[in-house]
Amino acid sequence: MTDYDAVIIGAGHNGLICGAYLAKAGKQVLVVDGRDQPGGCASTRELAAGFHISDCAQWLYQFDDDIVRDLGLQAAGLTVGRAKHTVALQSDGDHLSIDGDLLRGAGIEAKDQAAYPLFRQQMNVFAKLMLKLYRGRAPKLVEANWTDRLTLMKLGLGLKLMGKGNMQDLMRLVLINIYDVMNENFDHQGLKAALALDAITGTGMGPRSPNTVFTYLHRALGHQLQASGVVQVMGGMGALGESLKSAAEASGATVRMGCRVEQIVKEGDRVCGVVLADGSTVPTKAVVSSADPTTTFADLLGYQHLETGMARRVAQYRTRSGTAKLHLALSGLPTVTGLDNDALSQRLVIAPSMESIELAWNPIKYAECGHHHIFDISIPSIEDPSLAPNGQHVLTALIHYLPYEPQGGWDAHRQTVLDNLIEQLEAYAPGLKAQIVASELLVPPDFEAAYGMKGGNWHHGELSIDQALMMRPFPGSSQYSTAVPGLFLCGAGAHPGGSLMGLPGRNAAREILKQGVLA
Amino acid sequence: MITSPRETMLLTTPFHSRVAAMCPINEWGNWMGYTTPNAYFDVELEYFAIRSTTGVFDLSPMNKYRISGPDAEAYLNRMLTRNISKLGIDRVCYAVWCNDAGSMLDDGTIFRLGEQDFRLCSYQRADDWLQWCALGFNVTIDNESEDIAGLAVQGPTSCTVLTLLGCTGLDQLKPFGIAHFTFEGAPMMVSRTGFTGDLGYEVWVAPEQAEALWDQLFECGRDYLIKPIGGHALDLARIEAGFLQAHVDFVPAEESVRPGRTRSPLELGLEWLVDFSKPLFNGRLALLEEKARGSRYRFAMLDIEGNKPAEHSFILKGDKVVGTVTSAAWCPTVKSNLAYAQIEAPHGNVGDVLTAEIYYQRELHWTRLMAPCTVIDGPLFNPQRRRQTPAPAL
Repeated sequence: MTDYDAVIIGAGHNGLICGAYLAKAGKQVLVVDGRDQPGGCASTRELAAGFHISDCAQWLYQFDDDIVRDLGLQAAGLTVGRAKHTVALQSDGDHLSIDGDLLRGAGIEAKDQAAYPLFRQQMNVFAKLMLKLYRGRAPKLVEANWTDRLTLMKLGLGLKLMGKGNMQDLMRLVLINIYDVMNENFDHQGLKAALALDAITGTGMGPRSPNTVFTYLHRALGHQLQASGVVQVMGGMGALGESLKSAAEASGATVRMGCRVEQIVKEGDRVCGVVLADGSTVPTKAVVSSADPTTTFADLLGYQHLETGMARRVAQYRTRSGTAKLHLALSGLPTVTGLDNDALSQRLVIAPSMESIELAWNPIKYAECGHHHIFDISIPSIEDPSLAPNGQHVLTALIHYLPYEPQGGWDAHRQTVLDNLIEQLEAYAPGLKAQIVASELLVPPDFEAAYGMKGGNWHHGELSIDQALMMRPFPGSSQYSTAVPGLFLCGAGAHPGGSLMGLPGRNAAREILKQGVLA
Repeated sequence: MITSPRETMLLTTPFHSRVAAMCPINEWGNWMGYTTPNAYFDVELEYFAIRSTTGVFDLSPMNKYRISGPDAEAYLNRMLTRNISKLGIDRVCYAVWCNDAGSMLDDGTIFRLGEQDFRLCSYQRADDWLQWCALGFNVTIDNESEDIAGLAVQGPTSCTVLTLLGCTGLDQLKPFGIAHFTFEGAPMMVSRTGFTGDLGYEVWVAPEQAEALWDQLFECGRDYLIKPIGGHALDLARIEAGFLQAHVDFVPAEESVRPGRTRSPLELGLEWLVDFSKPLFNGRLALLEEKARGSRYRFAMLDIEGNKPAEHSFILKGDKVVGTVTSAAWCPTVKSNLAYAQIEAPHGNVGDVLTAEIYYQRELHWTRLMAPCTVIDGPLFNPQRRRQTPAPAL
């Protein structure tokens, strides 16, 4: 058996990216995953005969262009579609289009139109500063070494250089909520809601929750990472996973699908290997986990193999999510009043107002399903007809919010909620119901079961400021190393967090190589 | 004794009616939320009861936790720095526990009552830490602090008095051993343990038996000059005997707020309690690193010239301050002026001669005394009767 320098748990995008970078540096790398398809949350699945849907993530909006170039992903088969703008559907059919700095429709007033580019400009200034922190390990504040001090100095300089006004604004805004920030800047209900949606997607927070400016910026810096803006992956999101697998293999990594890691093995103080589902043990110098921190430490290593303070941090790590997915196979293209075919192929959102988002969030606090939901819709088969049989379509939508476990359990609620969601869509797309060939609702525990992410949280743990940067996932296990020697994190639970971005995987590979643990 | 800053009503122990009746000077303190006497009648006389006859101390406020279940031993081995697998049934050991950073949380005694059944007796409340430690272990943790009343019965005649009370054959009990008896038809557990460094026992009964136990114990001990002792006398005895006190000689890590103010067991002279051959325990990695790097502080027992207690003194090497005193007392039996100090490494080796800067006041007149002191190897008070089995009994 080959002796591996590193075994990477999980062939999600971060695991594969980390593996590819390590292999490019000449390390013997094994990437193992229990699923049959590579890519983790970048996954395509057949919903019904001939209908293919992006099962988990549906948009690509912050995937680092550098990684695409470094790993030659285009040569490895990655093709993305046209840049999409956002169309915020309004009940009267006069929809709002947000395309770069341009706002159109829905009676947008000159004041908002003038304010929007300025707002974007400021957010970009902030995002650029955040990016300085995102592209490397987050600096520790107390026991800082020279690398960390340099990062902090650059950060301080960056803060200074953005000017006094921006600096004061960032300090004031970063810990408050997106609801207040939107109201400060804009008047249009639909505009405020469509922008606020970016702050709460993938979280268990509402627009009035503190920390939502931070999550907004987390998403806004997508523009800095991925020049194209929001796109769909041709062939479905799984094509990203396939291209990453090819790239990792081309770099020399071994990728083994369909074989779960059951256990991380410790010998003495160090992690020394993993036990696979087939019972075999793979010895290695380092185990690099792209699984979420809770799965990594509580399930694969076990609390009893951790010191108590660390176990306490794992147990306290928050992983709630309120995001669900609706998948529809349709016999034809739905008709949305006021939208032509091109507009239908854009990113469609249903978020009438920030109050409506907040009201959609309230029920999950009480483990209720609610009656009104927020939609982030993709009809990818318009741009990519290969996803559905000729003339037919697939529709996927991110749904906010549904609880992890409603009272009475999901079996009792799933059909009712699904019917209700379709009913809500029907209001905007009359005749949709009659077009449905197949439908399904995936709720947070489904994502947990299918993709192993605790709580169904696609950030592998709530992305709040106390679980971010140098505290991600928690103190003592930041900077990709963990409190357990030989065990590293490279997934969304590591800095800088989730979404299809690739930075945790790449940063982890760099940090591991720098530490020289694989030598 | 450390008092709680909380302005809550203090609790009374199961012995309170008897304690109050025997405390004519009415000198009370707050010990961990309980009304306890600092002194009953005279600190010196109480102290001499411990050293010459028998002193009785109500230790009911100590926190007692029952830890049981299939993983109880593994649980304690992960939590404590000591190897608990070596502790036999009906045996007790002194142990300390740390957080992940290797900083002391508390010290206490572990009673092994069965293969999978332990009692932890701690100075601090430890409910939340014990629960956090239980993650991943099949154990049950019960706080039985209020279900057990305890008396420390300490001194040269303690075995005699307890034998008269009905603890037949107690003289055969080895140090740190546990014996089980019946008192008024109810179980009574006696352990040969204590905080005085002398021959002594701790007696554990249900609260319902407490008053009767007190009455009969003092009845049996009357001819042997049994006396109740308060917190001040116990403090004197423990300093003489070389025992550390949480909150005095170290700040429990969970309560310390300033960086660098916690202490590791290595810095407190407790390396003998740390078993690095265990694969995992809280603080292991940090303590291994400290061992490799060298500790910041060294615990030193100082024998100081003169008779002025070096309370809160700075310790100097030449002109340079190298440490501070945490506990100090003139110890009557060994007739020495003793102090415990935290000395910055590399100072504080046994035999080092340092200077204690002592301030004392007589009638508002302060005097500064630069007293030479020597780092000694262990406590001066260490009588044979403390270890003898059979224990001296009449």
